[in-house]
Amino acid sequence: MAEPEEQPLPAAAQSGGRSDGGEEAPEGGTAAGPAEPGPPPAGSPGTEEPAGDAKKKIDVLLKAVGDTPIMRTKKWAVERTRTIQGLVDFIKKFLKLMASEQLFIYVNQSFAPSPDQEVGTLYECFGSDGKLVLHYCKTQAWG
Amino acid sequence: MTDDKDVLRDVWFGRIPTCFTLYQDEITEREADPYYLLLPRISYLTLVTDKVKKHFQKVMRQEEVSEIWFEYEGTPLKWHYPIGLLFDLHASNTALPWSITVHFKNFPEKDLLHCHSKDVIEAHFMACIKEADALKHKSQVINEMQKKDHKQLWMGLQNDKFEQFWAINRKLMEYPPEDNGFRYIPFRIYQATTERPFIQKLFRPIASGGQLHTLGDLLKDVCPSAITTEDGEQKTQVMIHGIEPMLETPIQWLSEHMSYPDNFLHISIIPRPTD
Repeated sequence: MAEPEEQPLPAAAQSGGRSDGGEEAPEGGTAAGPAEPGPPPAGSPGTEEPAGDAKKKIDVLLKAVGDTPIMRTKKWAVERTRTIQGLVDFIKKFLKLMASEQLFIYVNQSFAPSPDQEVGTLYECFGSDGKLVLHYCKTQAWG
Repeated sequence: MTDDKDVLRDVWFGRIPTCFTLYQDEITEREADPYYLLLPRISYLTLVTDKVKKHFQKVMRQEEVSEIWFEYEGTPLKWHYPIGLLFDLHASNTALPWSITVHFKNFPEKDLLHCHSKDVIEAHFMACIKEADALKHKSQVINEMQKKDHKQLWMGLQNDKFEQFWAINRKLMEYPPEDNGFRYIPFRIYQATTERPFIQKLFRPIASGGQLHTLGDLLKDVCPSAITTEDGEQKTQVMIHGIEPMLETPIQWLSEHMSYPDNFLHISIIPRPTD
């Protein structure tokens, strides 16, 4: 079986799946739009990375554990600033899980990073061979 | 070595005098008095505020009460950060007691994680310890422990039992004598002046030449803006547990003695007051 190609992770799930309309709304221009008070939430700093950062996205390999459904595409290009919660929302949507169902994500098959942790940071500390391997599971796998 | 043991105790028993007041827009049946409490620096807000919650719920109608959350001067306080870190980051150099506002409505979903039970805190705490040990020992020490040892770490924190906690935690602070330190130092650097989350990278306690890396070396490497000087003056303060450790302090020593119970060094970078 051929190695599935790498897919960029769509931006839709980024802000916690709240936006049902316009999936690909680019965040570039801050002008116009409905006035949203306050600074952008920690969860979706989006495109505000310095231009010098060449590798804005990192490769994430998603592996299912136990009887949790697998994803045909395993390797995804993910924004460094994407949070674990953003990833959880994406996987749940992708697997068509119900919003009420839980999904746990593990690093190194040992610990579950907190939902507000960014994949870029996890990649820096726990990535290997140019990618970050994450296991996902519908039930707690590694306590 | 007895001196160093004292440091562990001082860190463990650090307290912050705090005054909790109910948010002005919360609907009450009668006026709510403020509530005063000494908060343990090493613990978590939602772990030590049962009394606060009870106190304010007394004056509220049941239907007005949903999940409790805390705020300081407009900033929602993340319960999953240790209390001492929250204070150092947001309230250093302000007058005591620390004035925290209590909310029961309009939970800020974007800023805070939910905390519906103590189990959530336990899971977060243990996950941090496991992550720290992945950095320190490739998870070997935490994985060799039994379930009851894990439980003892948590119970030690929850019940504020120094001896109980450290009887297990000391194993997490060991390393092979030939290594002179951990594999990597578990640290997180928080900056008061940015919306960005913490900085966390791989950093070894020992330089390739064998000399000990210091706190200054760490900052120079991962957060140089923290120690840049203007006119010979450092414009920032580097805080851990409410003090400014000397930048010459070996990072391995700091990791062993000034880490929070979650085994991370939580370092706050804040603007130096200008007076």
